[in-house]
Amino acid sequence: MTVQTLTTAGLPPAPRRTPLSTLAIWGVLLALLAGSWTGADMRPLDLLRDAGNMAAYANGFFPPDFHDWRYYLAEMVVTLQIALWGTALAVVCSVPLALLAAGNITPWWVHQPVRRVLDACRSINEMVFALLFVVAVGLGPFAGVLALWVHTTGVLAKLFSEAVETIDPQPVEGIRATGAHPLEEIVYGVIPQVTPLWISYALYRFESNVRSASVVGMVGAGGIGMVLWDVIRSFEYSQTAAVLLMLVVSVSCIDLCSAWLRKRLV
Amino acid sequence: MPETPTVIEVRALHKHFGAQAALRDVSLTVRQGEMVALLGASGSGKSTLLRHLSGLHHADAGSPSRVDVLGRNVQAGGRLSPRVRALRAEVATIFQQFNLVDRLPVMTNVLAGALPRQPLWRTLFKRFPCCEVQRAYEALSRVGIECCAWQRASTLSGGQQQRAAISRALVQGAKVILADEPIASLDPESSRRVMSLLADVNRELGVTVLVSLHQVDYAFAFCPRTVALRAGEIVYDGPTRELDAERLRTLYGSQTDELFAPGGQPADDGRAGATLRALSPLAVGQAA
Repeated sequence: MTVQTLTTAGLPPAPRRTPLSTLAIWGVLLALLAGSWTGADMRPLDLLRDAGNMAAYANGFFPPDFHDWRYYLAEMVVTLQIALWGTALAVVCSVPLALLAAGNITPWWVHQPVRRVLDACRSINEMVFALLFVVAVGLGPFAGVLALWVHTTGVLAKLFSEAVETIDPQPVEGIRATGAHPLEEIVYGVIPQVTPLWISYALYRFESNVRSASVVGMVGAGGIGMVLWDVIRSFEYSQTAAVLLMLVVSVSCIDLCSAWLRKRLV
Repeated sequence: MPETPTVIEVRALHKHFGAQAALRDVSLTVRQGEMVALLGASGSGKSTLLRHLSGLHHADAGSPSRVDVLGRNVQAGGRLSPRVRALRAEVATIFQQFNLVDRLPVMTNVLAGALPRQPLWRTLFKRFPCCEVQRAYEALSRVGIECCAWQRASTLSGGQQQRAAISRALVQGAKVILADEPIASLDPESSRRVMSLLADVNRELGVTVLVSLHQVDYAFAFCPRTVALRAGEIVYDGPTRELDAERLRTLYGSQTDELFAPGGQPADDGRAGATLRALSPLAVGQAA
C-alpha cells in the first residue's frame, strides 16, 4: 500500500461541481450579455470609423492651459472642504445609527427599520441628493456638503454596524458581569473593539468623498466640479485638461495620505 | 457549626438548550465565606450553573427554578429580576477566557469594576475619580501586576490577564466571586498562582468563592468543599477530602481520566491529588 492511498483512504470524496452546471452558468452569463447588446447601443465599429475625429478632439486638450491655476486651486480646496465636512458629519451620525442597526445590540424591531432608512440613504446617488439640496438651500458648496452627508451616512453606518456585528461577545459579557449599564457595555466593551475598523472605513469614505465632491459640483454644488462643468460647456478643452490633471493629482495625494494615516492608526 | 448567613441559594433549577437538558433540578446552598469547587467533566453544566447565578442565563420559563444571591432574587421561574444589575455589582464573575477588553489599558479594564458606583455621565467619557484609580492600583498591586497598569490588556500573558480579571473583581468590592473555569486556559504555574489568589481573597477578605474546575487536583489543594456535577445533576456535595479515587470513579466512570490534570497522575494510595496537596502549604492549613 502506498502512502498516497493511506492518507486518502478515509477521506470522503471531494464534492465535484458537474461540468453541466458550470456550462449552464456560462450560458446564462453570455445570454445576458447578448440580450443587453442593443439596449446598451453597442457600436464598437464606430470607434474605428471615427478614430480621426477623436484624435482631433483629443488634440484640443493639449497643451493644458494652466493660466487660471490659482482659481482652480482655490476651488480644489473648496472641494476638499466639502468632502471633509460631509464625511465628518456622516461619521458623527453613523456611530449611533450603526449601533442601532447592529443585530447583536438591538432587537429586530429596532435594527430592521433603521437598516431600511440607511438603505434609502445609500441607494440614492450623491448627485441626485445634490440636485435636491441645490433646490432646497441654493447653489453652492453647502448643498454639496448636505448631499455627501446623507449618502455617506447610509454607507458608513452600514459598514460600521457590520463591524459591530463581528465583535467578540466575551469582553462585553465581562463588562456586563460587573453590573454596568448597557451604555457602558457599549462604550467599554464594543467601541474599543471596532475602533480600528471604523477609522479605516471613515478614511476610505473620505477618499471617495473627495472624488464625489468633484462630481456634485457639476450640478451647482460648488467646488472644482462647477469649474469643470463651465470649461467643458464652453469648449475650453485645454483648460479642461488642466482642471482634470489637478483633480487627478489631488485625489492621488489624498489617497496616499489616507493610506499612510490608516496604516499608522489601525 | 454556628449558622453563617446563606449567600447563594439555588432551588430546583432547570435549564434546557433546545431539547438538550443542561441542568436538571439543581439545588445548592452556599454559606458566607465558603470556598467551593464545582467539579465536573466538560458539558456537565458547571458553566451553565454559574451563569445562572449572575443572571447571564435565565432558567426554563415556567419551571419552579429560583436563584437568590446575597438574600436578593436573581431570577425566578425563568424571569430575571429587574434589579439584577445592582446585584451583579456585588457578584464578580471571572471567566475562562478572561473577558478583558484587549485594546483598553489594564487600568481601564480594572476600573470597569467601579462602573456601577459612578454616575453614567462621567463613565461614558471614561472619567474616574482619583480614589477609584487608587483603589484599582491597590487591586493590581495585590495581584502583582501593577507595573502593567497602562499596557493594553492584549499585551499581557494569560496568567496576568486572569490576575487583572481578579483585580476587577476586587475593585467591584464583590462579596461573591463566581469563577468559571478560571485556570482552564493557563499553564500549571499560572494556574496555581490564580487559585492561590482566589484562596487569599476568600480567606483574608471573607469573599465567598464558587469556582468551577475540571481538574480534581486543584479542588483538593484549594477548596474544602466540592460540589460535583454530572450531566446536569449534582452527584456529590460534601467535603473535598472525602472524595477518593474510588468514589470519583463511581461518579464519573470512564470520564474520570479527564478530571485529573494532564501529567498529574492520581496517586496510588487512593487519595487523588495527594501530590499537589503536598506541594501547597495553603492546603495543609485548610485541611487542619
